[in-house]
Amino acid sequence: MKPVRDSPASILPLALDGMGYAVAGKPLLSDITLRIETGRRLIVMGANGAGKSLFLRLCHGLIDPTTGRRLWASGEGRAEAQAMVFQRPVLLRRSVAANLDYPLALEGLPRAVRRETVARTLDRFGLNALAERPARLLSGGEQQRLALARAWAMRPQVLFLDEPSSALDPSATKIIEEMVAQFSSEGITIVMTTHNLGQARRLGEQVAFLHRGRLIEHRPAAEFFAGPQTPEARAFLAGDLIW
Amino acid sequence: MDGPFVIAFRLIASGDPALMQIIGLSLRVTLTAVLIACAVGLPLGAALALARFAGRGAVIVVFNALMGLPPVVAGLIVYLMLSRSGPFGSLALLFTPTAMIIAQTLLILPIVISLTRSVVEDLWAEYREQLLSLGAGRLRAVPTLLWDGRVSLLTGVLAGFGRASAEVGAVLIVGGNIAGHTRTMTTAITLETARGQLGLAVALGIILLTLTLTLNAAAWGAGQWARGRLG
Repeated sequence: MKPVRDSPASILPLALDGMGYAVAGKPLLSDITLRIETGRRLIVMGANGAGKSLFLRLCHGLIDPTTGRRLWASGEGRAEAQAMVFQRPVLLRRSVAANLDYPLALEGLPRAVRRETVARTLDRFGLNALAERPARLLSGGEQQRLALARAWAMRPQVLFLDEPSSALDPSATKIIEEMVAQFSSEGITIVMTTHNLGQARRLGEQVAFLHRGRLIEHRPAAEFFAGPQTPEARAFLAGDLIW
Repeated sequence: MDGPFVIAFRLIASGDPALMQIIGLSLRVTLTAVLIACAVGLPLGAALALARFAGRGAVIVVFNALMGLPPVVAGLIVYLMLSRSGPFGSLALLFTPTAMIIAQTLLILPIVISLTRSVVEDLWAEYREQLLSLGAGRLRAVPTLLWDGRVSLLTGVLAGFGRASAEVGAVLIVGGNIAGHTRTMTTAITLETARGQLGLAVALGIILLTLTLTLNAAAWGAGQWARGRLG
């Protein structure tokens, strides 16, 4: 089942050209040049404070770069067909079904289309039994599943995920990973940050490694894990392995 | 001679028409004022929470300060506006229930605005990125935030109702405490007590207390229910 209802022009690749972000003259992210191609799974890695979350927010368009450019294939503006899942999703104080409906209503879709999409999404992710439950009272794992389902219902071409399972237990994490893998097999481009090396190995196709606000490695995941080129990435991987 | 409490209970039990008329008018004036203050104050408070403009801090401080506006001053302001030589004198609204509604709206509005601002500001801090990501701009976020803050906002609305139903000064000045026309529970209590006729005053006091208690109990119950139901 394809999430794309009509077939709009592709917004990808996303070209980052010397993109940087500074606050009060202090650069938090500098000189990122990178192309995100259609259908890829890009894992963004790096230590705490390396700028991973900031990178996602810049790509997604929640904030604008202070230097360089962020250019979608569809143009300079913020592309519509994208979604983001946060580490701690914000669900609205209403039912599961109403949470799924919310972004569709924002999009201005007709009521019949919305109802059909919500029903299909509930079905697709096994959320039917929870449809009328208040979203805020779901367990952490169920909340994140709903957040992913909500993102899927928006028919994104690219999905950004910021540590989507770092607050979840192993079984909930597994479900999230399976969902991400399914989205990817449907053609949705995935850009995801994670601290979990196992998860990065399982899901990564490409790895972008950030260090102190700079992109210092961007390679196929297999190559990256087999032998990182920079001492920083080596130390990062080794540190995690020793631990 | 019967004591004031005996007279009070007899008045209440018999559904004394003068008493009922006073209660009815009080509720009509206060509830209308609450309704108007909400219609204006909820969106305005939310807008103040999300908007960024020069002088925003000053506006917030002024509305916070106005929460403590003495009712007699509010009454005086409305009196000056509506008196025959005032700017709206030609409307002949002074000493009518409408004038009382205006004065009470003035009292409640700052409470609704300030509380809404504070509730929505906190919610926006939590929701901002997610709502922007889902495609809601600031303007579209306003109804969403108001709806998600509904339980907390109820408290603010209730505080407004409490303030308006308890005050004497404003309605006394602009209403004039005219029997059968602009006499409310609080102005009647003031007058009857001054005249030494404590029966009606006590009856009204009991009803006023019961009303406030019932309303607060209902709001508290609704809040508890909503927290359990909505998370």
